[in-house]
Amino acid sequence: MPVAEILKTLFILLVVVGGLAPLITWIERKQSAVMQDRIGANRADIGGLTLIGLFHPLADVLKLLGKEDFVPAGANRVLHLLAPLIAAIPAVIAFAVIPYGGVYRFGDHTLSLVVSDADWGMLYIFAIASLATYGTVIAGWSSNNGWSLLGSMRASAQMISYEVTMGLSLVGIFMVFQTLKLQDMALAQDTTLRVFGFLDIFFGLSHPAIDWIRLPAWGVFYQPLAFLLFLTCIMAENKRPPFDLPEGESEIIAGYHLEYSGMRFGLFFMSEFIQVVVIAGLMTALFLGGWSIPYLSTQTIVAGVGRFMGTGFATGLCVLLHFAAFMLKLGAMIWFQMALRWTLPRFRYDQVMDLCWKVILPLSIANVLVTGLVMLLVQEAA
Amino acid sequence: MSFAAILFYLFGALAVLFALSMLLNVHNTVAGALSLVVTMVSLAAIYVLLEAHFVAAIQIMVYAGAIVVLFLFVVMLLNLRDDDFAPGRQRLVRVAGALVGVFALAQFLRWLAPGLPELPAVPAGFGGHRAVGIALYTDYVLLVELIALLLLAAIVGALVLAKRKLDS
Repeated sequence: MPVAEILKTLFILLVVVGGLAPLITWIERKQSAVMQDRIGANRADIGGLTLIGLFHPLADVLKLLGKEDFVPAGANRVLHLLAPLIAAIPAVIAFAVIPYGGVYRFGDHTLSLVVSDADWGMLYIFAIASLATYGTVIAGWSSNNGWSLLGSMRASAQMISYEVTMGLSLVGIFMVFQTLKLQDMALAQDTTLRVFGFLDIFFGLSHPAIDWIRLPAWGVFYQPLAFLLFLTCIMAENKRPPFDLPEGESEIIAGYHLEYSGMRFGLFFMSEFIQVVVIAGLMTALFLGGWSIPYLSTQTIVAGVGRFMGTGFATGLCVLLHFAAFMLKLGAMIWFQMALRWTLPRFRYDQVMDLCWKVILPLSIANVLVTGLVMLLVQEAA
Repeated sequence: MSFAAILFYLFGALAVLFALSMLLNVHNTVAGALSLVVTMVSLAAIYVLLEAHFVAAIQIMVYAGAIVVLFLFVVMLLNLRDDDFAPGRQRLVRVAGALVGVFALAQFLRWLAPGLPELPAVPAGFGGHRAVGIALYTDYVLLVELIALLLLAAIVGALVLAKRKLDS
């Protein structure tokens, strides 16, 4: 059992998620070109063939692999060499609990399209995210460079602060879906929600329009504030602009990865891009219905198509459609992060800290209180 | 031996080894703190093997992810060197440590002599977030509230102290 499971896990995490990272460097270049009204990365070619710049990631990797692997004098050699790995591993393994498809039943065989079906999924994500701090902190300290150390300091303060609010901002979502397992959350969002349902529940009004006007039962419609707060926190955890204070190119040169060169620098770069994928997957599963298709639940598809083609075919069709829906939402969230990165100006360091402790923390706690109150009222009324 | 048992002994050995490494790295504080992290993560892995997922996640989030990072933060700010540590008492501590170590090792070997025991089975539903949550907010709700009050008092105290320093 373990060997096959381990191989499958490694394949999905390293090959699929890791393989997306070079592709995302290309998307980032293209997005920045669009935002700055340039044509963008289109120079790397093989025999005159440029393929809209798709060879650039390949050229990047070749360049990074060919550069000298430099360790500065006075650095802690072992930690300096290990730090990029310590940064990259949490980024890669975090994807393990994010569902890329639903739960399907073929005869007596059940298929759940997620690497790990652990029922403590979100706790796992929080735990892994909190370990991601070490890569940056160790990298900066082991480089024996004042600028790097400043970057480490900033990174540890920023990431610990945003970890606190990252957990708190999601409590509302846990209350709504009553689970920590991302697959169950995605399943719960595979339905619709009556927008004016509160008229029926609290005032006993009944009108066909109340049943008729529906939204997909996505987390973002239950918890719009949590969506904003969590997106802010998790983007600050990833340290990309506008939250790139640990790198702060205009103040501390390149911060924690200043003394890194070649593929070890590339690993820091990669782990940020893999985290972009993980963030997109998390936002999709928590707030955008995961793999579900709006207004077209699994039961509807299986019942509708299954009548003509058989249940097995209909379930297989569901697998494909749901995977496509997940990839579409994932792509949209990746694009959204790229667009934000090229739109917003950078924060000052005190602004980042104030935003966390004076804005997001009180708002998250208020969100928990209001969610609890509303849920109690709905339970009383129902 | 089952796969879980192999993992248990692996992470148990890691936890003990890096706890030792933390103690032996008295003069290299950063290496000591990082050894502590490995011990914490290994303990979390053992909790996972015991199906205590909630405790495992909290162990990593709070101890490995927050508290030791703060230790590191302070250690890096102080930037201690070897000669910052006073020498005294070293010999006495070493002799006492060696004696205790030999005694512990002897006990450990005596316990190991019959062979490595298998892991006992864990009751269903043990240690999950549901079980822990229900226990905390029903049987132990008074203690939870008291701890919350204590932490609040600590936060207010820290704020008052810091503010007085800022004002003057």
